[in-house]
Amino acid sequence: MLEPNHVNGTLTKHRILMYTLSTCGWCRRTKALLQELGVAYDYVDVDLQTGGNRELAKEELLKWNPASSFPTIIIDGDECIIGFQEDRLRELASA
Amino acid sequence: MSGVTGERVAEVWARLVREARDAGYSVNPDDQFARELVQGLLENEARYGYPACPCRLASGDRGSDLDIICPCDYRDVDLNDYGSCYCALYVSPEIARGAKKAGAIPDRRPVGGPAAQSRDMEALDIKGLPFPVWRCRVCGYLCARPQPPLICPICKAGKERFERFS
Repeated sequence: MLEPNHVNGTLTKHRILMYTLSTCGWCRRTKALLQELGVAYDYVDVDLQTGGNRELAKEELLKWNPASSFPTIIIDGDECIIGFQEDRLRELASA
Repeated sequence: MSGVTGERVAEVWARLVREARDAGYSVNPDDQFARELVQGLLENEARYGYPACPCRLASGDRGSDLDIICPCDYRDVDLNDYGSCYCALYVSPEIARGAKKAGAIPDRRPVGGPAAQSRDMEALDIKGLPFPVWRCRVCGYLCARPQPPLICPICKAGKERFERFS
C-alpha cells in the first residue's frame, strides 16, 4: 500500500499527486515551487520506497507516464504534467 | 536522511568542477542546485554501489545501469542538443556563464535502459590492425591498445564504459 507524503498548502482546489525521486534536482524544484505557491500536494519518492512498494509505485507511475520519468505530476487523477514545467505549475496555482 | 556529509559533497563537487574544467566541460552555475545533485549522486552510490544519475530511477543492477552512471552515456549528445545533460549537472558554456538558463529536457535513455546488448569487449575480431581501438561510450575518446584504460583520461568514466570500435 503506497502512502504518499502530504504537504499542506492554502490552495487545495486541485488534488495533486506526484511521483518523484528524493535525489532529483528537478523534482526538488517542483516541490519547492508548489510550496512557494501555497499549493497542497501529495508525493511519492519512488527511490525511497522499499519492498513491494517500489514495484507498486513504478507500476502506478507507468500508467500515467510510459517513459516513467520524474517528476510526474497527476492533477485531479485526470491530467498529467511530466517534468519540471514552471509555467504550467504556476497556471495550476492561479486557475 | 542519508549519511552523506556536507564535507563529502563539497569535496566531490570540487573534484568534479576541476575535472570538468580540465576536460573542457562546464558545470551548472547554480551552486546550490549542483551541490544537491552531487549529494544525490553520493546517496545513490551509498544505496546502489554506483553513482547513478540522481534524476533517473536506478535498478540496483550495475550492469543494466552502466549507461546512467554519471557522467552518463547521454550527456554529450544532450549538451549538444539542449545545452545541458538530463539532470543539468553539466551544462553548455552559455548556460555556465549565465547567458542562458538550464531547463528540464526529455530523457533520451530508452525506457527500462538500453536493450540487453553484448558488452563483451573481446567479441570483435578485427584483422589487420596491430591493436584494437577502444571507444569511450561517454565522451567518444578513442585509443589503440590491448585493453581500454582503467579510467577514461578525458571524462573519467570507468573501463567498463568502453566499447570496441575496430
